Amino acid sequence: MLMRRVALVAALLLPVAGQAGEAVPVSDDPVLEERVMRLSHDLRCLVCQNQSIAESNAPLAVDLRNQVREQFLAGKDEAAVVDYLVARYGDFVLYLPPFKGATLLLWLGPGLLLVAGAGWLGWRLRRRVREVPPPLSAEEHARAAALLDGSAKPSQESRS
Amino acid sequence: MKAKFLVPLFIFLLLAGFLGYGLKLNPREVPSPLIGKPAPTFRVPQLQVEDKTISPEDLKGRVWLLNVWASWCISCRYEHPVLVEFARTSPVPIVGLNYKEVRGDGALDVKGLDPVTELASARQRARQWLVEHGGDPYMVSAVDLDGRIGIDYGVYGVPETFLIDQQGVIRYKHIGPITRESLRDVLIPKIAELQRAS
Repeated sequence: MLMRRVALVAALLLPVAGQAGEAVPVSDDPVLEERVMRLSHDLRCLVCQNQSIAESNAPLAVDLRNQVREQFLAGKDEAAVVDYLVARYGDFVLYLPPFKGATLLLWLGPGLLLVAGAGWLGWRLRRRVREVPPPLSAEEHARAAALLDGSAKPSQESRS
Repeated sequence: MKAKFLVPLFIFLLLAGFLGYGLKLNPREVPSPLIGKPAPTFRVPQLQVEDKTISPEDLKGRVWLLNVWASWCISCRYEHPVLVEFARTSPVPIVGLNYKEVRGDGALDVKGLDPVTELASARQRARQWLVEHGGDPYMVSAVDLDGRIGIDYGVYGVPETFLIDQQGVIRYKHIGPITRESLRDVLIPKIAELQRAS
């Protein structure tokens, strides 16, 4: 019973604690700011999806930068902060998606395409070497000779 | 090798297939990693009853909807009549999460506003909006002044709605305004399914 009371009081105090933390808008510690901005550049803003939360001025991006700063202040490292955001917004917040089952094609796709393209090209080239054109007939020899010494005009057929 | 001339056509059809599928995807709908996870807990003041708080714990054992809204949210105005209508017959309580009522309004300068004034202002604005927009469909609304609860729930656009089961697990997330169609085709069947499971 006492434990529950204590827990209830603690829970009631939670929002108060939360609001107290918010009062620090931007810290004047340049090292911390640099860390916040560096990590923020790798995090996608979910409101304007082609901007990172470092670049975006959407209210959510500002909130998330504040979250990153606060968690650094609380002693968390980069990996912990990233985990915190991924747990809420999913891998989509990461500009560098993790290597796992669902992203296999994303990571390996370009390599596979390259290998497939190079393989196809090699196959074509080898086939071309093997393909020897059939020898010219006597008639074609005569026409070629005539064309070469300029005594015959190219026919319609040969021009096309 | 006779059908070689068809190869570009096949490549075209393949590309068209992929691109056509891409057109149907909505990039604004980011799947939530919270589906199947316990709803993040909180305890904050209620919007309507001044001396009471609300927490997801209070709704344990029930299926309920958590609807994120704010008076500055334009899409909420389209959603609101649907919610008011649904609330009359809804088999489950709709709990509001009033999200950044004061801070979220870009038109206001809130620097240096103390929490007590902010809470009072949020209550006044939100209540007035409810009156002006057809009533209060919520069993209770939680006041999330600084958007922290929103972040815990992965909210990135208002309105959003979460369906939470008897065990307090998030089962579904609807992004954007709820329409009569999405209620009928998705939410109501999902609610019924969860209630049958109990």
